[in-house]
Amino acid sequence: MTWLNAVIQGLLLGGQYALIACGLSLAFGVMRIVNLAHGDLAICGAYLGLVLSTALGVPVWVTLPLLLPAAFCAGLALQALLFGRALQHGALAPVLVTFGLSVMIENLLQVAATSDPRGLNGGTLALASFRIGSRITVSWLFMTAFLTACAVLSCLQLLLSRTAWGRKVRATADDVDTARLVGIRVRPLFATVAGIAVATAALAGVFIGTIGTFDPFAGANSLIFAFEAVVIGGIGSLWGTLVGGMALGVTQVVVGQVNEAYSVLAVHLLFLAVLAVRPAGLFTGHQTAREAPGALG
Amino acid sequence: MTPPALRAPLLEVTGLDVFYGDFQALFGVSMSVATGGATALVGANGAGKTTLLRTIAGAQAAASGSITYRDQDLTAAPPHQRIARGIALVPEGRRLFASLTVEENIQVGATAAASGDWPLDRIYGVFPMIAGRRGQRASTLSGGEQQAVAIARALAAAPSLLLLDEISLGLAPMVVEALYQTLAELRKAGTTLVIVEQDLRRAMTVCDDLVCLLEGRVALAAPVPAVTRDQVVAAYFGDLT
Repeated sequence: MTWLNAVIQGLLLGGQYALIACGLSLAFGVMRIVNLAHGDLAICGAYLGLVLSTALGVPVWVTLPLLLPAAFCAGLALQALLFGRALQHGALAPVLVTFGLSVMIENLLQVAATSDPRGLNGGTLALASFRIGSRITVSWLFMTAFLTACAVLSCLQLLLSRTAWGRKVRATADDVDTARLVGIRVRPLFATVAGIAVATAALAGVFIGTIGTFDPFAGANSLIFAFEAVVIGGIGSLWGTLVGGMALGVTQVVVGQVNEAYSVLAVHLLFLAVLAVRPAGLFTGHQTAREAPGALG
Repeated sequence: MTPPALRAPLLEVTGLDVFYGDFQALFGVSMSVATGGATALVGANGAGKTTLLRTIAGAQAAASGSITYRDQDLTAAPPHQRIARGIALVPEGRRLFASLTVEENIQVGATAAASGDWPLDRIYGVFPMIAGRRGQRASTLSGGEQQAVAIARALAAAPSLLLLDEISLGLAPMVVEALYQTLAELRKAGTTLVIVEQDLRRAMTVCDDLVCLLEGRVALAAPVPAVTRDQVVAAYFGDLT
């Protein structure tokens, strides 16, 4: 029963990893940008949630209708002012720019909010739980995070596969020069993608802050897990990202059941093992590693 | 057939200089395309044919010179604005979106369409060979089918001026024949064509006007009936005498 419990808790934890990873996966799959500030943007979302929920005196969930559009707009602005320009200067420039952004965000947050760990007011949901059988207790908060991750990934998948917007995004991911040539306006399209990526990061940040605590430097740790989920799942594959996140979560909790000290190490070893055996990730289908980044979906 | 001079020019290119970094690909290229006509753009490899088409379509910036289309200056316009005015390019090497289906490729082509004149069923009517493959990934098609999809994608933009870059490259003669029959239908429907074609005889059979580029410069520009094959060949290789 303890093992089953560990697997269930691990899957739910994996949902959180997938939620933070899906924006990273989307941005890389479409724009070929590895956003090293993605984790920090998630933590910014948590701080924004803290400010809003404290100011309004409500649980952080109530502030989401304000927080998510704000994060979307921040993504639009970042793409227009920073990422879009960095992308014009080769592959290394976006890495340097987003690394610089990451350092700046962490230090600005420390100046503005000190490095005290904070938590978010999750309302009654934060403490509620339900039982499966007699021995397994599942937190409603974990369950909500997991279901939210599934919902966000499904919505993204539907947007990509069924809408004109998604068609343009996939075409641009395949071949940006030809996309321009057939009349797709790449800059506004990239801006919406960045907006969605940052909004999902902020949503993940809200869960990070509600489930545990966060400080200005918590983003780096989130980024590593998100990055590993993306790579294990297969770059550009959203469902792969969910599976990758769940693989990380299950590994972490199950190994933690044996010895807590090795749980995070085991996650990184799993990542290295997948990288060694299937460098293109688990969900790239029949495509070669070279083509895989273009295959969103 | 009306002489070219009496037909109104649809596209007027004047003194175009185009660079790739320090390398100059076009030197003061001028050409005029009459409404409803078909112009063959010929020349050796590296003569600048593809560069000229890409510059007209907006994929390549001109350092100087101008591109006037229907009396509007489009020299600095981005590709989507040119498509909206009716210029579409079938790029060299087809350049289909590999992970999209045939139908999605065509739908993407309609993103900035000039009009609704080319709905999907009309396009499938022109290209029956791809109608049955609409749900298939573009990358799984044969070369001829892929070329048909590439033309269909450009047609979805409802162009008045269709630029075709080496559509017969690597295809079987029968397939090329079928594609050119389709182009003849498009001309009848009023579409103006600029065709880059390696097969000189075919180019001179299909087109009314001919422009030959040599090392980035116009070596010869004339109505097809006014030139002999030998004159074109001389312009093609540069006059060796």
